[in-house]
Amino acid sequence: MTALLDMNRLLDELEAGLRNIMADRGVTSPALIGIRTGGVWLADVMRKRLGLEEPYGELDISFYRDDFSRIGLNPKVKPSSLPFSTEDRDIILIDDVIMSGRTIRAAMNEIFDYGRPASIILATLIDLGARELPVQPDVTGKVLALESHQRVKLRGPDPLHIELQETGQ
Amino acid sequence: MTVDQASKRSLQLTADGQLRHFLTLDGLDRALLTDILDTADSFIEVGERTIKKVPLLRGRTVVNLFFESSTRTRSTFELAAKRLSADVLNLDISTSATSKGESLSDTLLNLEAMASDMFVVRHSQSGAPHFIAESVTPGVAIINAGDGRHAHPTQAMLDMLTIRQHKGGFEGMKVAIVGDVLHSRVARSQIRALNELGAAEVRVIAPGTLLPTDVESLGCTVEYDMQKGMKDLDVVIMLRLQKERMEGALLPSEREFYRLYGLSRDKLALAHPECIVMHPGPINRGVEIESAVADGPQSVILNQVTNGIAIRMAVMSMAMGGQVSERNQKQAGREQA
Repeated sequence: MTALLDMNRLLDELEAGLRNIMADRGVTSPALIGIRTGGVWLADVMRKRLGLEEPYGELDISFYRDDFSRIGLNPKVKPSSLPFSTEDRDIILIDDVIMSGRTIRAAMNEIFDYGRPASIILATLIDLGARELPVQPDVTGKVLALESHQRVKLRGPDPLHIELQETGQ
Repeated sequence: MTVDQASKRSLQLTADGQLRHFLTLDGLDRALLTDILDTADSFIEVGERTIKKVPLLRGRTVVNLFFESSTRTRSTFELAAKRLSADVLNLDISTSATSKGESLSDTLLNLEAMASDMFVVRHSQSGAPHFIAESVTPGVAIINAGDGRHAHPTQAMLDMLTIRQHKGGFEGMKVAIVGDVLHSRVARSQIRALNELGAAEVRVIAPGTLLPTDVESLGCTVEYDMQKGMKDLDVVIMLRLQKERMEGALLPSEREFYRLYGLSRDKLALAHPECIVMHPGPINRGVEIESAVADGPQSVILNQVTNGIAIRMAVMSMAMGGQVSERNQKQAGREQA
């Protein structure tokens, strides 16, 4: 498992994928937005790797989640912070893991409350499949198929590493 | 914790400690008060966006039930509910059915029949929101927007948010509350919050006629001489002179009160140079506070209003969240049984 998840290789994949799609789409100065917490660490890394000068934005999607009616408010919500306007910008949205797609839907709703972006590229370090919404990443470090009792989590920020969790089932 | 505190806690909190009503700060611990302040911080950021709205309470109905007039509190509750995407019904009770003889319980039953999810209640009787919370249908959250002389917990919490913003925290803070403490539900909630959050000293400064008996038992020291009381203060909170609630001769004259207890530039100069000046509003210029102080660089009175929206968004969304998660847990329990 650890060999499959060499962090530098995952980050290389992510960077190469982002460079390709930016070239394809003619995106030269994207605004980076990371989803808290793992996505923010990745935004920090990708900003350096892509040589972007502008600071990245941090999104806390707690106010946009679709499960408020089931579990209430996340008590550990922190303010989102976008140090730029999203209006007419090309956005790179980064998260550590994509599964159901619900986090990304919430994140896109929140981004639109800051302005109407020109485009959004979605980059996720790990794609676990098991989608419940029609949301697909444009760039992925690695596609993984897990057993139903397994979970992965990005730990960090220094060093970044993937933790495989076995839930007791 | 006393029995009384424990019962207030259990009415306000779910079994797993989430807020479900917000009636008083009694029985709420430092961790929960800090959660409220932290959540409000996130809502302040929402208030700075172009689109100042989040979808948390979308499709839910909030009823502003004001049995007593209010401008600032009612409008900030309304704005808070709207920024959470709730539908808001404002009921001015003086022009409604209650004045046609309908009882409070019947008014509430009718509102519940309209599938309301939350009542924001202001009432001149102490304990009215508490009474409503005990009798309301499960799943409906009650928020106290001020009851009699008892409590005004959202006002106290927005004041705490303002202090934390300007001072970084409560440790070592010396805070004075000045003026008409006797009629003030705000002062009671503030004293409770400041003690729970760990302020170094809470002082009340007032003439004896405007202090409740046994005021020290609320958790404060008393100073009758404002010149002495201003010493070393980090925060001074002025209260409005509530002339409409005064029965009998509690004061010689407004002019005399201003001379002794009004916050003038001279008196403010006796406090710590970075002392901030607060007032819950509405302010009576020249009665409790000099205009130059109210509009001066140490005044954070308008920050308090902005913070009021964020605190009310936090409390409303946390209480609604507690209600829905409690309902789902009960449902899950029934399905298992």
